[in-house]
Amino acid sequence: MPIHLKIVTAEREVFADDVDMVSAPTREGRVGILPRHAPLLSILTSGELGIVKGGERTPFAVSGGFMQVLPTNIIILADTVERADEIDESRAETAVRLAEEQRASAKSEQDMALAEAKLRKEMVRLQVARIKEAGRRQGRS
Amino acid sequence: MASSREIKRRIRSVKNVGQITRAMEMVAASKMRRAQRNVMATRPYADSMRNLIGELSNRSIGMGRKGTMLEVKPDTGKVALIVVTPDRGLAGSLSSNIFRRVGRFIIEQQQLGRTVDTYAYGKKGRDFLARTGQNLQAEAIKLGDAPKLEQILGVATAALSRVQTGEYCEVYLIYSEFVNTLVQRPNLKKLVPVEAPESSGGSRLDFTYEPSQEEILSELLPRYVETQIYQAILESIASFYSAQMVAMRNATKSAKDLVRDLTLSFNKARQAAITKEVSEISSGAAALADG
Repeated sequence: MPIHLKIVTAEREVFADDVDMVSAPTREGRVGILPRHAPLLSILTSGELGIVKGGERTPFAVSGGFMQVLPTNIIILADTVERADEIDESRAETAVRLAEEQRASAKSEQDMALAEAKLRKEMVRLQVARIKEAGRRQGRS
Repeated sequence: MASSREIKRRIRSVKNVGQITRAMEMVAASKMRRAQRNVMATRPYADSMRNLIGELSNRSIGMGRKGTMLEVKPDTGKVALIVVTPDRGLAGSLSSNIFRRVGRFIIEQQQLGRTVDTYAYGKKGRDFLARTGQNLQAEAIKLGDAPKLEQILGVATAALSRVQTGEYCEVYLIYSEFVNTLVQRPNLKKLVPVEAPESSGGSRLDFTYEPSQEEILSELLPRYVETQIYQAILESIASFYSAQMVAMRNATKSAKDLVRDLTLSFNKARQAAITKEVSEISSGAAALADG
């Protein structure tokens, strides 16, 4: 019995489909949600959001948000979310470097916090982009 | 009467203006459609969030609301007003309708003995608030036709952080509501304290909260307010383009009418000139014949 997953951001609906499992980075740690999971409400942090369907895992990079698990469906309200294969690895690397520079040159505490958050988000994007790369290489060999 | 040459020149210039307004009308129409789609695209997120808040706030009545944005705070004598306007004009009375609503709101609040701090999205509103000296605190302009949520967070956070510190007891929003292509209405919305939406489903599910109900609620509420502001901005963009489309359609029509009138007076002037010439010639001929 699959579970229906919907991922939405403030800008648009990103994903809506039946899936077999969802692995999400919550603030309390990574959780895997299988069908018939108990109702759950949790806060997401930045990390890799994995969706398993038919034995295949699709990675997404999520920067934070909320997840509501209901008996038959899951709703993820993401701050920003990107499919791994939409992320350009070299551009993600540049973004990480930029965020690092920004953190190094931060003057106020607020700038620092902003830069930290940005850096964390960009690191996750890069990581997720690399998961996808690794998966592809394995698939080829 | 103006000479036929002058009239001809005016006809040409009015025709040019008409062509430009027609082009602007068509551009505005297509941008309006896109802006409407953007507004629609935010609905799933906003709806899900509203459901969540409804669900959570129904479970935390009284003490559970303390310290969150659901709490109705005692009057601090200071409120914040967020004004959303377009960056540009040429959209009929769209901006001035908003300014009138803003003016009325500020007077109402002053009568209650409160001062109003203002925050602006959009150049028109920024200019208005700065010009009339309305304690403008922060502004975001030139957000484009399809702003991202991240782009609008700065101003929103600036206002909301002063709610957390207890400076503002209430936060309001004035924006242009997109009713339909012909009607855009300035709308006043109370953002804080958040009025808990009705929980939709009667499903009394026993949720596990991670980390805790209070923590989720206190994270969710600012996000909810930001989403409302974001939606208001997108709706204002749709309003702007539909108002501009209508304004430009009227301008094109006026240009056409004017060209018609001018063509008529051009023909009259031409005819008068010919008549005059003929009568001059014939009277000249008559004078010769007499002599």
